[in-house]
Amino acid sequence: MKAYFERLWNGLIKENPVLVLMLGMCPALAVSTQAANGIGMGLSTLAVLVLSNFVISCLRKVIPDQVRLPSYIVIVASLVTVTELLIKAYIPSLYEALGIYIPLIVVNCIILGRAEAYANKHTPLLSVMDGIGMGLGFTVALTIAGALRELLGTGKIFGAQLLPEGFGMTIFIQPPGAFLIFALMIAVMNAAGIKTRQRKLVESGCDGNCSLCASAASCDPAVKTEKAEKTEKAEKAEKAEKKGGARK
Amino acid sequence: MKSLIMIIIAGALINNVVLNQFLGICSFLGVSKQMKASISLGGAVIFVITIASAVASLLYDFVLKPLGMDFMKTIIFILVIAALVQIVEMFLKKKSPAVYNALGIYLPLITTNCAVLGVALTNVQDGYNFIQCVASGFGTAVGYTIAIVLLAGIRSRINEKDLPAPLRGAPIVMIAAALMSIAFMGFGGLKL
Repeated sequence: MKAYFERLWNGLIKENPVLVLMLGMCPALAVSTQAANGIGMGLSTLAVLVLSNFVISCLRKVIPDQVRLPSYIVIVASLVTVTELLIKAYIPSLYEALGIYIPLIVVNCIILGRAEAYANKHTPLLSVMDGIGMGLGFTVALTIAGALRELLGTGKIFGAQLLPEGFGMTIFIQPPGAFLIFALMIAVMNAAGIKTRQRKLVESGCDGNCSLCASAASCDPAVKTEKAEKTEKAEKAEKAEKKGGARK
Repeated sequence: MKSLIMIIIAGALINNVVLNQFLGICSFLGVSKQMKASISLGGAVIFVITIASAVASLLYDFVLKPLGMDFMKTIIFILVIAALVQIVEMFLKKKSPAVYNALGIYLPLITTNCAVLGVALTNVQDGYNFIQCVASGFGTAVGYTIAIVLLAGIRSRINEKDLPAPLRGAPIVMIAAALMSIAFMGFGGLKL
């Protein structure tokens, strides 16, 4: 049971996809103009993430390793299309507000990243919890950013006027505001001692640990297999040595 | 002809794909650390987005629309882009190893660059014809290259500065991007 809650906590704070792992920045920056849009985008991504984690985890022993990325992309793209059509049918206002960013959930690094880093190694239940945790982390980050931008930009939160009319600093609901608010939110996380992972990664280049890498999904397979082969060879050599030792 | 130039300028400057539409942010923040890599990535992106928007446009007009399979466009486009990147990679490796080596690992990285899928989808949404799609793809990719090369230049200066600890790394880069974005808002005043 503890492992399941650990997954939730991990996704929400410790490895918050947006603020710590720096994944899925594109939709986060783009749709956080209002708190309501943030929740909408967050929940749509959560739904796709939970389902894709579940399906990929169930199929993890069926999908051959060489073609896993194309298979994941097809699974995710199908789920996104379903979600898109559902939103279009039942919440047309959200569909209007999010626009092109709904189909773009396909290329959201969070989803392929979690598939690659977690779902293809763990049981379906744990993967679902991981999806919920990561999805909630994404939703919370987007909602906070959306609320801040809405408050500073128009003086409202969820459409309710909080600050006097005419207070709005329009810059915050325009593109530069997105960069500024997220920069400050990440700085706050940094100050609180939860370091962003990206810095370490970019400085050291590819360290072979694809689970934390933003570009893992699109990483050159040659580089990846080379590294994997190296570690595999080393392991084999180790095992052989141990065997040899045992025989002696 | 005039409208084509307008599409290119609008794609590159007014609706800058990174600073205004937030597509391709991952590589924008990740790769801009080094100037040389940024230029290589920019070249690869121009190449792939132009070809991808051409192929996506043809597919949509001659296959998806006649068959009434509009809803399949996300799945089809992402598969086409992934396959296209692979083909381009193999072709370059064989025919011009010099270009291939210059682009290096940035070519495969482009598959999940959301700018590629984003441009293909917006082109279709705007109802562009084939030539307009190619122009808009090219313009957008040029805009991406301008943005990432500029940011790489700014970052090489930021690296030498003494910053407050929490701002180091990602936050200061995003603040720089915010200022660039404010500057690019000025292009919104262009009357085309």
